Amino acid sequence: MNPTLARLLQAPAILLLVLWMIVPLGMTIYFSTIRYQLLNPERTGFVGWGNYVFFYTDRNFWPAIWNTLTLVGLTIAITVVLGLALALLVDRPFRGRGIVRVLLISPFFIMPTVNALIWKNMMMNPIYGLFAVIWSFFGLDPVDWLTRYPLYSIVIMVSWQWTPFAFLIFMTSLQSQDQEQKEAATLDGAGFWPQLWHLTLPHLARPMAIVILIQTIFHLSIFAEIYVTTSGGPGNRSTNLTFLIFQQALSSFNVGVAAAGGVIAIILANIVAIFLIRAIGKNLAV
Amino acid sequence: MTDKQKARIRHNIAVTAAWIVALVMFFPIFWMVLTSFKTEQQAIAIPPLLVFEPTFENYATINAQTNISKFAMNSIVTSIGGTLLAMLIAIPAAYAMAFRPTRWTKDVLLWMLSTKMMPAVGVLMPIYLLCQWLGILDTRISLIVIFSLMNLPIIMMILFNYFRDIPVEILEASRMDGTTTFNEITQIVMPLAWGGIASTALLSIVLMWNEAFWSINLTSNNAGTLVALVAGYSNPQGLFWAKVSAVSTLACAPIVLLGWLTQKQLVQGLTFGAVK
Repeated sequence: MNPTLARLLQAPAILLLVLWMIVPLGMTIYFSTIRYQLLNPERTGFVGWGNYVFFYTDRNFWPAIWNTLTLVGLTIAITVVLGLALALLVDRPFRGRGIVRVLLISPFFIMPTVNALIWKNMMMNPIYGLFAVIWSFFGLDPVDWLTRYPLYSIVIMVSWQWTPFAFLIFMTSLQSQDQEQKEAATLDGAGFWPQLWHLTLPHLARPMAIVILIQTIFHLSIFAEIYVTTSGGPGNRSTNLTFLIFQQALSSFNVGVAAAGGVIAIILANIVAIFLIRAIGKNLAV
Repeated sequence: MTDKQKARIRHNIAVTAAWIVALVMFFPIFWMVLTSFKTEQQAIAIPPLLVFEPTFENYATINAQTNISKFAMNSIVTSIGGTLLAMLIAIPAAYAMAFRPTRWTKDVLLWMLSTKMMPAVGVLMPIYLLCQWLGILDTRISLIVIFSLMNLPIIMMILFNYFRDIPVEILEASRMDGTTTFNEITQIVMPLAWGGIASTALLSIVLMWNEAFWSINLTSNNAGTLVALVAGYSNPQGLFWAKVSAVSTLACAPIVLLGWLTQKQLVQGLTFGAVK
């Protein structure tokens, strides 16, 4: 294959992705500096930082940032710890291991809207939900999860979906661990915890970093679960940055302000992305 | 008690724990499927019913009352169409990158991945307005294009890894025999990479089927996918748990089955090739 042909074969993919990135990004940045409301189209003009100031001084802005960080932080903590524990449990041959694996990863393939509805209705409903039934069984007052702990409820839904992801990555990585090293350590009398600390965790350091970074990217833009269950409420208690921008965009039709919020979200995601790209680049052999 | 016995007990405890957690994790799915075979009264019975006479009434009702086949068709067309389009763009590109790497190749690949990290909500308004101006809002074609572009980086990355694993010696031998590039691709590379390409396509279908942000925001009655249909049940009428469960079961079953088949590609794809 000559170099010209090679370039021609790559051209469509590269050009399309350039367009896919530059055009919307350019438009978002442009919109963020002009007055642009779909409901008031006659008011136009350059507003400089006006949209950013409007978005930033919205009383929901800091709660949304805080909710976003809580959502990302808690979900990652839960999924990484649980995923690691599960991967260690399943990292041994036993009968039915294949079935256990299939059961464990299944939640990851449930579509986000279904996930949200399962939990909202059948698990967390304060009257008929299974949690309420279990609570009553122990003589406790049933909890109205989505009203009292809206953000934590979302955390539960997202964690349920993403623990399988962490589990799958860790399980795959464990398979490439040096078994002889572990056997040698066992012969030297090293127990489970020293082996975990000195052999397994260092081996999993990189996959763990990758899992954390990837989940951060995905969880910064959690949308469907909130859209289906709490709509960001009560008040703003489960509104994250993505949902706040969505409200500005398709509920208030304020394109300018939504675009300003979009730029902020892009910057936030890029801070994480830089680290992720670096971690991936180290492992990419060309 | 000997060490061997101790180890055996530990093993049994671990296995039991693994089973318990696995059943707990799967339980919500099991419960959804079970509820879809209950009547509405049984669905909200207290205490919850584990044993009952199953009914198919919900499936019949949703088939009659909602336009579920249209939504299902939209899901099928957009996820398969998006996958085909993405593969069509990605296969030649990944092929060229794997067999004709330049000093830019790595940077290009990493740059491609970086486009995947742009939060969708950051470009919600531009994409929405572009679709409106082009008159493709709430059409399958808009979803197909968006799905394929947003998943192109992941697909490129997996295919690139597959192509790189093909031994160069085979290609060199065929080149010595004077094979053209076209024949090289169709007769040597494709048969060798076929399994990889197929499973990459399956993963892509899974990801596109479950995509929620654009499906919810860009479609309504015409091009709504199953994700959007289920989202519509979030309002108070969603108290019909049995029917919602039936819709959900239909919407998820095919893709969960596919997902089981694509575990390996999933790991590679979602870690952008960093974990294999």
